[in-house]
Amino acid sequence: MQINTVEIEDTFAEAFKMWGSRLIITAVSEKWAITTARAATGFGTSIIGCGCEAGIGRTLPADETPDGRPGVEVLFFTTSKKAVEPLLLARVGQCIMTSPTSACFNGLVSEREVKVGGKLRYFGDGFQSSKLVDGRRLWRIPVMDGEFVIEENFGMQKSVGGGNFLVLAENQQAALEACENAVSAMQEVPGIIMPFPGGIVRSGSKTSSKYKGMTVSTNTAYCPTIRRQVKSALPEGVNSVMEIVIDGLSEKAISEAMRMGIEAACIPGVVSISAGNYGGTLGPYHFHLTRIMA
Amino acid sequence: MGPLNGESNTEKAEAFADHTNGVTLRVKEATSLPVEADSISPDLFVDRTNSEIKNLPLFCGRRKVNVGDLFIVEGETADKIIIKGDVKNYKKIGQNMTRGRITVAGDVGMHLGAYMQGGEIIVHGDVHDWAGAHMQGGIIRIKGNGGHFAGAGYPGEKRGANRGAILIEGNAGNETGTRMRRGLIVVTGDTGEFTGANLIAGSIFVFGRLGERAGAGNKRGSIVAMGDTAPLLPTYHYQCRFQSVCLRVYLRCIRSWGLPVSDDQMDGSFRRFSGDITALGKGEILIHD
Repeated sequence: MQINTVEIEDTFAEAFKMWGSRLIITAVSEKWAITTARAATGFGTSIIGCGCEAGIGRTLPADETPDGRPGVEVLFFTTSKKAVEPLLLARVGQCIMTSPTSACFNGLVSEREVKVGGKLRYFGDGFQSSKLVDGRRLWRIPVMDGEFVIEENFGMQKSVGGGNFLVLAENQQAALEACENAVSAMQEVPGIIMPFPGGIVRSGSKTSSKYKGMTVSTNTAYCPTIRRQVKSALPEGVNSVMEIVIDGLSEKAISEAMRMGIEAACIPGVVSISAGNYGGTLGPYHFHLTRIMA
Repeated sequence: MGPLNGESNTEKAEAFADHTNGVTLRVKEATSLPVEADSISPDLFVDRTNSEIKNLPLFCGRRKVNVGDLFIVEGETADKIIIKGDVKNYKKIGQNMTRGRITVAGDVGMHLGAYMQGGEIIVHGDVHDWAGAHMQGGIIRIKGNGGHFAGAGYPGEKRGANRGAILIEGNAGNETGTRMRRGLIVVTGDTGEFTGANLIAGSIFVFGRLGERAGAGNKRGSIVAMGDTAPLLPTYHYQCRFQSVCLRVYLRCIRSWGLPVSDDQMDGSFRRFSGDITALGKGEILIHD
């Protein structure tokens, strides 16, 4: 299959079960909502080293947020449901509550919930108060700039992590431009994040290493500088590879994001689009590139 | 007393147009006797045929009568009820209801929607005292004036309303929301004395003038004055002037119900007075600047 002379390889991305939450962060301005969201989702690129994968989704206009102020949706993904509550308590408590003018609301209606505001409220030292507004239980915690408003519970649901595709290009500039195009297009899809810097990974990994104690190491098959020293997966003419990893609240959201991203990435200088998998033995979700693009 | 926000005949017609599949009750003859009308509830109408609805009991004064004796009943097996005619003396309409909708084209008597747990009551007129007393859910929309004790707790009871919302698009009487545990009361006009007296933790918004001695005995409740206020009790202490995110959530919710909330009110600052220090003292009166 080809799109704009770019080969779409007949392979698939292999993804895993995760648990996801969606938070709505609001602030006095979009600038401060984004600043808060960046702090909250920082150091959340890979579950391997960060304990979670986190990212900023859509920016929300004032008429789409509970308090009528500019907002941003952020998504957090982790592998175990037990890890969700401590993850959110730490991120909200240290990065959102501390940020000027911020407020934090649940953005995911689900039967499974974790208590976040209901625990952070104790920061109010007895002066916190709760309000039940339009079905939302909110906690008002007095803080130095006024009050921090946070919802009592946040929903979580089974999600999908590790959707991906690889952009194989003639050079680094073309790979980067293609990936930037893809990220820009994929940002329009609700319910997904691309947790790596700018949405792009340049150091993809494989799940083995020659060193004892290392569980992952660089994805040698896609490293152009050692292509003759290893069993390379790179076609001739490819000198740079970048990857886009996608986590989503549903399989459908990831498929849609991959479709839009791959389409946007097929520009001159890109040789082919591939995907990372482990032979289908590890992850239950398989995103076949040619089926997605059909 | 007429509604502050006058409705045109077209608006009234539209309000009733979507109820054609409900049960319509037309008053046969106005009575000066008080009528205990707690049988008029969507929960009791939804599974009953026309003749069964007509046979539901009411008390007119001390006489036991049937719905069919006082009303012309049209329709059956529906949880939407439309009442037409003079029901000023009819008490307890919608009491304990959990679902559906009651629409009244005119004034209604006491205890409307008392103890209700869900559903909606819309009154295109004035309502007498104790509307929504002890309510636990649902919404009461009063297009005219409310009486005294809206959302309050009956004498001897520790708690009044515990969830639900009462929207009064006119003036409210005395002791609005007394002893509310949770829930929301919005008054677009003025309130009488002792608004939110002994509030436990509910919220009351007043867009007109907040009456005398508001929040006496308030423990954790919030009283929000969007307009003018009578002098506050000396047991409230000024804390600060701030922009409240929580109030924005409330005001957006109130705006979504079609009540007039301006951008200025939404974005505005509020002076916060905490009290009542004769009670727990963690309540507040917020006054829009």
